[in-house]
Amino acid sequence: MSEGLRGVVVCHGTLASALVQAAEQISGLGGVLLPVSNTGCDRGTLEERILAAVNGQPAVVFVDLASGPCLVAVLKRLRAEQMVKVVTGVNLAMLVDFVFHRSLSPAEAAIRAAAAGEKSIRIP
Amino acid sequence: MSIVLCRIDDRLIHGQVVIGWGRAMGIDLIILVDDQVAASEWEQELYRMAVSPEIEVRFVTMADAARQMSEWQSNGKRGLVLTGDLDTMAALRASSPDVVQRINLGGIHHRAGRRERLPFIYLTDQELRTLQALEAGGAVIMAQDLPTTAPVALKALG
Repeated sequence: MSEGLRGVVVCHGTLASALVQAAEQISGLGGVLLPVSNTGCDRGTLEERILAAVNGQPAVVFVDLASGPCLVAVLKRLRAEQMVKVVTGVNLAMLVDFVFHRSLSPAEAAIRAAAAGEKSIRIP
Repeated sequence: MSIVLCRIDDRLIHGQVVIGWGRAMGIDLIILVDDQVAASEWEQELYRMAVSPEIEVRFVTMADAARQMSEWQSNGKRGLVLTGDLDTMAALRASSPDVVQRINLGGIHHRAGRRERLPFIYLTDQELRTLQALEAGGAVIMAQDLPTTAPVALKALG
């Protein structure tokens, strides 16, 4: 893991790994984002996977859906943490933006990433 | 109508429940029986966000559920009773055997001591024995994550 904020991506199935891999291919920055899947684990185990990925460090946690077990697990264990912010509706654009702005505070980085993600949604 | 599905799913209200089963069975009431969620407003809000507005969601404790099962069975709605663990469903079966006649094992995932029976069902030997006892008592128990997949009988999980 390099210096700066941690980025943890929590998704259903293999989505987090695929997003992280794609973000690394585009940015050329590896080891910045950590994928977490809910596959094959109960709620308690998923919470432990998320905590292990954050590892007590300042972080932004990206979640696929704005509801459901991934978000519940994240908020259940991290909502009281001031140095961890959560962004839902993760997409590739926000991850690519995030990896280049990890010197921001978690709150600033979360706001910026969410804006980048929203901006990428278009009907061209 | 009545309670049309009693499901154990440790992920509680999520896509398989709302989209997979909800649409296929025309569910218009989801009853989540979970003491911890029943006491947590922010969790209830999150779970409610996963459900379309035409479906009513109730968050109740085990004790409240035991009192209200007969009412839900006859209130005219197509209800789905959901628990996050086997013990809660077993308690509901004990208190309302006429309502909890069939039990759907929808998602019981890995944790220490459990062994894989299906990709979405992990059970300890004690949990398997509990299910077998429920079946011996008259419950019909099937493992099935989605209505589009084939149900698997309990005896195939041993």
